[in-house]
Amino acid sequence: MSLGAYLTLAALVFAIGLFGVLTRRNAVGILLGIELMLNAVNINLVAFARFHGDVAGLVFTLFTIAITVAEVAVGLAIVIVIFRVRRTVDADRLDLLRG
Amino acid sequence: MTGETVAFWVVAAALLASSLAVVLTPNLFHAVLYLAAALVATGLVFLLLDAPFLFGVQLLLYAGGVVTIVVFAIMLTERLVGERITQASRHVFNGGVVAAAVFVAVAGFLLQGPATPPRPPLAGDTTVAIGRALVGPFAVTLELLGLLLVAALLGALYLARTEE
Repeated sequence: MSLGAYLTLAALVFAIGLFGVLTRRNAVGILLGIELMLNAVNINLVAFARFHGDVAGLVFTLFTIAITVAEVAVGLAIVIVIFRVRRTVDADRLDLLRG
Repeated sequence: MTGETVAFWVVAAALLASSLAVVLTPNLFHAVLYLAAALVATGLVFLLLDAPFLFGVQLLLYAGGVVTIVVFAIMLTERLVGERITQASRHVFNGGVVAAAVFVAVAGFLLQGPATPPRPPLAGDTTVAIGRALVGPFAVTLELLGLLLVAALLGALYLARTEE
């Protein structure tokens, strides 16, 4: 398959993830959408690395995977703290900073 | 149709179907299970792109680690059965329009761009190349990544601990 096929696939997954981030009301659901978007980026990086014969894309994919794991750990810790304080993780009802 | 082409279409269909299920299923717990399927399908795309090491990392860290901690977070914040776990989505039309616009913009850019280069022959084992790059030009970045992971996990522990 050509490079364009992989990039189109990644763009589709990215759009689906964006749809999830925009429409989900549960904070954990929003995080799942972000996971999908980051995955699409990883597909792009690996595809470019393969078609240009450059190992940097593979190394960057490794880095983004590790950073995503850290991001999910911190994000879910925040979700759990919010749940403890507000008894909900519905993003529409998290308006503590609305003044 | 070569074997690689067939494999690509099968994996792409599985990836898109499971991704759609992640954002559309009303049950959040099912969404996580579909996410696991989508992550494995992404790993298979890596395999098609001759990156078996990244396939392994994807399975271990994403499909193993991330899915596990998301399941724990859902168990801590929702009831697994009953009314509360089913989540209605909001602004479905607006979200669809924005997501479609982003995809059309990216696809238009891809169509306008120059013809994509042909797939070059594989230059040696990519796993060896990744290993050499990690301790060569990217050594400092690797150390910084270790620092980031320690800081993030300590921060997560600090946030989620119970008040003594």
